[in-house]
Amino acid sequence: MRPRISTQTSNKTYALILSILILSFLLIPIPVLAQQDTLPPSPPTEVKAEDTPNDAGGSITIIWKKSADDIGVVRDDNKVKGYEILRSTRTDGEYELLGKTTAGAESYFDSHARNNIDYFYKIRALGLVSLSESLPSQPVKAKAQWVDWSRKYTFLLALILALSIVYFINQSKTGKELFIRKIAGLEAVTDAVGRATEMGRKIFYIPGISDMDNMQTIAGVTILGQVAKITAEYEAKLEVPTSRSLVMVSCRETIKEAYSNAGRPDLFNENMVYYLTDDQFGYTAAVDGLFVREKPAAIFFQGQFYAESLILAETGNYVGAIQIAGTGQPAQLPFFVAACDYTLIGEELFAASAYLSRDPKLLGSLKGQDVGKFIFLFFILVGSILLAFGVYDLRVFLR
Amino acid sequence: MRREVPLAITAIVGFTLIVVYFIPHPPFNHFRNFFEDLFFIVAAFAIWLGCLNLLKVNADRFYFKRKGWPFAIVVWFGFFLMVIVGFWDGRGFMNPGTTFYYLYDILYYPLNATMFSILAFFVASASYRAFRARNKEATMLLVAAMVVMLGRVPFGYYLSSWLPEGWRLGNITDWVMDFPQTAGQRAIMIGIALGIVSSSLRVLLGLERTFASGE
Repeated sequence: MRPRISTQTSNKTYALILSILILSFLLIPIPVLAQQDTLPPSPPTEVKAEDTPNDAGGSITIIWKKSADDIGVVRDDNKVKGYEILRSTRTDGEYELLGKTTAGAESYFDSHARNNIDYFYKIRALGLVSLSESLPSQPVKAKAQWVDWSRKYTFLLALILALSIVYFINQSKTGKELFIRKIAGLEAVTDAVGRATEMGRKIFYIPGISDMDNMQTIAGVTILGQVAKITAEYEAKLEVPTSRSLVMVSCRETIKEAYSNAGRPDLFNENMVYYLTDDQFGYTAAVDGLFVREKPAAIFFQGQFYAESLILAETGNYVGAIQIAGTGQPAQLPFFVAACDYTLIGEELFAASAYLSRDPKLLGSLKGQDVGKFIFLFFILVGSILLAFGVYDLRVFLR
Repeated sequence: MRREVPLAITAIVGFTLIVVYFIPHPPFNHFRNFFEDLFFIVAAFAIWLGCLNLLKVNADRFYFKRKGWPFAIVVWFGFFLMVIVGFWDGRGFMNPGTTFYYLYDILYYPLNATMFSILAFFVASASYRAFRARNKEATMLLVAAMVVMLGRVPFGYYLSSWLPEGWRLGNITDWVMDFPQTAGQRAIMIGIALGIVSSSLRVLLGLERTFASGE
């Protein structure tokens, strides 16, 4: 029994020594860490505030150099937990809290400033339990600018393009003949309408799912005018289901005019154009149902389309209709190319009305577009050559 | 007048918005919101026009027993069901827990998702047609598509893991997407941008007037 008692006693002693050792290890760093965290972080420096350029006023951009204790990332071991932005109208006045940013931030955008009032800014670095403040910035006023200089190149390019388009429109008015390449999809419009007439089946025209504030929809409605003129001449049955009320009204007016111009106002019927729903897939389901029930001979998809493009075009393909599509949505073009007989790719959609109407003024505008293409080609070529020679920044290269 | 007034409005609004784009100073910066508000007001009135047209067309379809006339009953029933339930729930009819929300959740939402899901099957059938190697271009498309599809899945990685780094399917896929694909897409986008500028100018100058009850 004695040796057993002796073992128990020694175990207790060891346990006691071990506990003291563990506790001492745990306790030793605590005062050190606590002391570190109670010390305030170094304050941010070089606080500068300036009026945000190229805007309508009402905003000031504040930049600063982060605290020397800020390691630049949001992490537990970062002594700086974030920054507070303070604002006052007097340098020694009371500063109001404007907003907060995370550690590592060196700028803030004050979008609630009033124009023509002097503001002072301070940045406060936040530690775990303490903080430090920067010196106030110089006074700054928010002002509205007359010109957005960040858009000067856009303006220049748009001006050149607009002037060249107007120039070629005037040239075409003088009777100068302009060469326009053949667009297979538009050449097929008459064939498609003719086919529908021969088969005695309907023609469906789908002007996309966007509203009249979209240029692609306007292009689609414009093409509808030309298609309607041909359907009036061929006495084909045209139907236009729309997904927007305004598009419905515009399409109706367009077709009415086209039928009048073709000398067949008697063939126009208001019910040719009707509204289904604004909902994307509700519209898709309704149009698909129409395709399957009516089995149209020709279908036109001209306008802005999204995910419904392939669902519609594949159903049209399934019912055996000749399909001519056109959209300015690059992501939808492959679907139309795969499922339709002809596809107007991008710019062809916008050129279609000019092409079909053969109006010299409209054809002139297409020629003006080519000037824009030459400008882009020139810059792409120059950029490629410069990159090939390792020039990534022209300003550095010229210096 | 019926033709000139819409064209004049289009030109004034269009050119003003161009000016606003380059001049942010008041009062120009307020015009954008002002015109947007006007558009929404017109669109709000047009919604009534659309709803009435929907009901009229479907009433005609039912009355004259046109092709697909039973669907007209579904449209009328669905339309009035949602309108009545919406009014019954009152303010906040779209909040979770209302009958309107319940109908939206158990009817409308699944129907919408079903329509979208059909896309997967149509992608398969369209791809089958598009990827048939009928000529040189279609064969190139087929090869590129195969490489890209395989390069995007783990199987493609295992298939080509023994090859040198640059020749692995994942790297070839990245190259196809970053260079030929991006170049083609950018060319299309530049064309679209120019087309939009040209079309907008035609509309603003009144040359393109079909949409506004034109020639």
